[in-house]
Amino acid sequence: MTKLEFPGSALSTDQWTQVNQLATSLSHEQAIWISGYFAGLSHKARAAAIASDVAELAPPSQGNLIAAPATRLLTVLFASETGNSKALAQTLVDKAAAKGIEARLADMADYKTRGLKDEQDMLVITSTHGEGDAPQTAVGFFEFLESRKAPKLPQLRYAVLALGDSTYEKYCEAGKRVDRRLEELGAQRLADRVDCDVDYEEAAEAWIAAVVTSLAPSAQTAQSAPASAAAAQSREPAAATFDKKHPFQAAVIDNIVLTGRGSTKETRHIELSLADSGLTYQPGDALGIVPRNDPALVEAVLEKLSLPADAPLTVKQTMTSLGEALSATFEITALTPRFLDHWADITGAAELQALRAPDQKEARAAFQHSHHILDVVSRFPASGIDAAQFVAGLRPLQPRLYSISSSLAAAPDEVHLTVSTVRYMMHDLPRAGVASGYLAARTEADATIPVYIQSNDHFHLPDDDVPILMIGAGTGVAPYRAFMQEREARGASGRSWLFFGERNFRSDFLYQVEWQELVKNGVLSRLDLAFSRDAAPKTYVQDRLRRQGRDVYAWLEEGAYIYVCGDSAHMAPDVHAALTDIVAEHGSLDRDEAVAYLSALQRDRRYRLDVY
Amino acid sequence: MDVKAEPDRSRDVSQPLDKLGPDETLKANSDYLRGTIKQSLADEITSAVAASDAKLMKFFGIYQQDDRDIRDERRRQKLEAAFSFMARVRLPGGVCSPGQWLKLDDLARNYGGDTLRLTTRQTFQFHRVMKHNLRSLLQGLRDVLLDTKAACGDDTRGVMCTVNPDLSKLHAEVYALAKRASDHAVHRTGAYKEIWYGAEREETDGPEEPFYGRTYMPRKFKIGFAIPPSNDIDVYGQDLGFIAIARRGKLKGFNVAIGGGLGRTDQSPKTYPRLASVIGYIDADKLFPTIDAVMSVQRDYGDRLDRLHARFKYTIDEKGLDWIKAETERRLGFALKPAEPYTFTSNGDPLGWVKGEDGREHCILFIQNGRIINTPDFPMMDGLRAIAQVHKGMFRVTPNQNLIIADIASEDRPAIEALMKQYGLDQFETRSGLRLNSMACVALPTCGLAMAESERYLPDLVTRIEAILNTHGLKDDPITIRMTGCPNGCARPYIAEIGLTGRAPGKYNLYLGGGFHGERLNKMYLENVGEPAILEALDKTLGHYARERKPGEHFGDFAIRAGYVAEVKEGRFFND
Repeated sequence: MTKLEFPGSALSTDQWTQVNQLATSLSHEQAIWISGYFAGLSHKARAAAIASDVAELAPPSQGNLIAAPATRLLTVLFASETGNSKALAQTLVDKAAAKGIEARLADMADYKTRGLKDEQDMLVITSTHGEGDAPQTAVGFFEFLESRKAPKLPQLRYAVLALGDSTYEKYCEAGKRVDRRLEELGAQRLADRVDCDVDYEEAAEAWIAAVVTSLAPSAQTAQSAPASAAAAQSREPAAATFDKKHPFQAAVIDNIVLTGRGSTKETRHIELSLADSGLTYQPGDALGIVPRNDPALVEAVLEKLSLPADAPLTVKQTMTSLGEALSATFEITALTPRFLDHWADITGAAELQALRAPDQKEARAAFQHSHHILDVVSRFPASGIDAAQFVAGLRPLQPRLYSISSSLAAAPDEVHLTVSTVRYMMHDLPRAGVASGYLAARTEADATIPVYIQSNDHFHLPDDDVPILMIGAGTGVAPYRAFMQEREARGASGRSWLFFGERNFRSDFLYQVEWQELVKNGVLSRLDLAFSRDAAPKTYVQDRLRRQGRDVYAWLEEGAYIYVCGDSAHMAPDVHAALTDIVAEHGSLDRDEAVAYLSALQRDRRYRLDVY
Repeated sequence: MDVKAEPDRSRDVSQPLDKLGPDETLKANSDYLRGTIKQSLADEITSAVAASDAKLMKFFGIYQQDDRDIRDERRRQKLEAAFSFMARVRLPGGVCSPGQWLKLDDLARNYGGDTLRLTTRQTFQFHRVMKHNLRSLLQGLRDVLLDTKAACGDDTRGVMCTVNPDLSKLHAEVYALAKRASDHAVHRTGAYKEIWYGAEREETDGPEEPFYGRTYMPRKFKIGFAIPPSNDIDVYGQDLGFIAIARRGKLKGFNVAIGGGLGRTDQSPKTYPRLASVIGYIDADKLFPTIDAVMSVQRDYGDRLDRLHARFKYTIDEKGLDWIKAETERRLGFALKPAEPYTFTSNGDPLGWVKGEDGREHCILFIQNGRIINTPDFPMMDGLRAIAQVHKGMFRVTPNQNLIIADIASEDRPAIEALMKQYGLDQFETRSGLRLNSMACVALPTCGLAMAESERYLPDLVTRIEAILNTHGLKDDPITIRMTGCPNGCARPYIAEIGLTGRAPGKYNLYLGGGFHGERLNKMYLENVGEPAILEALDKTLGHYARERKPGEHFGDFAIRAGYVAEVKEGRFFND
């Protein structure tokens, strides 16, 4: 590397000497990685510095000397089956108000769990349902609280009032669960839990009086927490920038099947943690996944080759084992022309040789389609080949990109994916997609997935006030979930309209309750659905577009952006044809003019595709 | 109480809406039950309807439900609950023709998950009907002159009538009146045909609901006709019961019983089951004025503030039976005559073949828990369809969820018997007296109220109790056992000799001491217990019964005599 120029006052002479020494010793790749590392470091350091600046620079008010009571936020959170908890929670809020404490009343049924980490004082009143279960409306809250997703809560002070019925074995269990879990998460108990039977009134009243007294301003002053706790927490170890070659090991937070029972598909929702990675992304971006091959497949291939997993192997000047190389370095699933040729040479098998003839193109394609590498090495054994000979026919294992289905504004430090698991039978053996199968198998508690961010500039959101038309089938809906989360968080004023298609309403309406909520809240202005297998004739998104043609055209005329995401073979061309017809019909244009209209939209980047 | 004094009217229809419960406002503002049902049906992003429309649709016999087995699973999958609808047919007296049967069977196969459910109020329920199929279902019923009007909701529910196959002439007379009573008392709103048949709205002369008004009844109102000596309809469980009084085999009139009702709420002592009180006798030609008078008293004085306290039984206990009777008579313009003597012997069904007084034959089939469905080893639904294809008489659904193939000419009996044998429908003689007198509500997974299993569990529990019966030599003794998944009482558990009501998964209250022919409520013996405790208690009490019963003594009577539970003399003492 060439000697670097001294950049003036930005660094001290000592620092500069260190940097210069390092720079001259680095390879090109190392230099790039280091630059990313420092970029990440500086981002974190800046955030921390700003936080501490704010704490330090806050002008000392006059009241500072008298130690004015820090006002703490109080939330009264209830979960009610019959309304008793709710009534008590209201009483508590009223009693607190009488003592000058302002409290927010919240129902677990619609409590936004991501706000939990910001709670300061929380009083929980919950009844128990059946045998120790949470009230039905609060099951979601309990699941969050008792899951790995629940944040540490060292800043929180709390107390629990549990309602129950002592004729049940698990008396007041829901209250006990909250009490236990909040303690585990590091929260500080303000008062001991009180368990109430069906004649709860007196015990509840005493508890309310006790907690209100303990929260009264005089009590608050003595216990106010250090204000800089939050700032101190954000001083995390600095992180590097991650890329394809240096992916970030993202912890799996959640990995569930979205499609309901009876579905013909297995579509998953996967939540990964980006905490401490410094990675950020925009709605519309993709996440790169660096998969490993299925261990069972690796084992099967090794068995067919009669080679041991620990057979030594050198790949790109690096010593490794055959087992590791087949797991992480090479594609060992789909059959490539290169492998077919390679194997024909090695085995000399007549059937494989015959496929090389120029007039055998179709047969060759059909053979590739119906055989994986495993099938070829099974049917055409090659005795005595070594590891290096085998891998010479393989191509490197490539990362896969998936549209991100979350927004950092809604899920800070997280990235969500919506992935359809490819599964099918071939020659009586179950097969799975390389990356989708890899993701589907990552369900255990401590699983991590190597990831990096792939920016996708041409599929980002327009300005907040611009209307958007979102068209997607199947997992093509993923970026639109990110869009809506982002627009909801930003309070964007632009209208939005989603056309979503899948096979069956009951099982395949991906993120159904989220869309319903978005429609209800007005974040999503319109939602049109096409379920192709619910009724004859089959209905697809392009059919819904045509049905709404007049309004679709009106939106385009008003400046709407069109987004199309999903299948490139059928959906995208069908949607394009529908849009052409719509523009022709409702814009009174001939075909060429309609085509030109859409071309102009593409040129203006108002018609955007993310198809695969 | 002074029967002339006007009672407290602070909670009834005389008050402005804002002083009453929220359901009253909903009804009043619904434009005679139209609400936004049409919009809800058109909403494609959900398989449910708006909450207010779900309430209004009950007046059209339709309940929104969801598959509770997978409710949690779907919530985690970010999918809404697996909503579907239960639709209940209006079928007065449970009578339907073979042609109607075949249509019901078709509709169940097309829209109702391949199953039909006979109910404790003598009708059919379709389950698992998708929202977008509701119109097709109701229009299909219209094709065979059936509807689902008022099968639920705050109005008069399906009108019941004893099935007595042996008293053919009397049954024909009383059944005809029951059917007319249903048509008389059903709501009149044009909403039904507008929403479900797509009819245009018609202008009406005068009010759309001349009897009900905009707010309908305070709560459901149940009418039933019993023909002694059978009390199969549990006449004491009806809001308004008529006990047929015959002279020389011809109908003369009715004893009038008011204020029955079985629903209650756990941990709410102000709620209780109550048996109806017999207040007098009317001649048959006074039937319709009597229905109007009694219903209008409840319409005008029933509690419209608290739905848990809105049934007629509470109105009666609040205002006093004497006052209610006097007000009814005032509205009728004449005094009721003293009740005529009558005798009930059973509230069960005499299973098997019966010959009527006119020589026609009838066969009462045992349908476990009323569930008509094909299983690999018992194609019951196919069998009944095959019978409907050849049968020339009628079918009758019994109040015990069984089925009568009624009115068979003697020469046609062999063909019916052959089909019964072919499809395994003739096994009723091998079952225990307990199983034949068992009844369960639907409960999980579709009923939104259920806290525990019922229909899916009772058959297994009965099998375990049968082992106990065998050790005590009681296999053939008829004993009534009824189970519900919640305290609301659909299978009338509080008038069974053994009653079980669900509290939580696997946990039930156990009640003993009910009257064998429905004349007495039972009383709680064990609270919130699981199967081992239930079986242990039944082993002890049934063993004791086998050893020390008097000749002809029923188990419910014995349980009181032996001191296991105290006798419940009136509903308001049920919780004491």
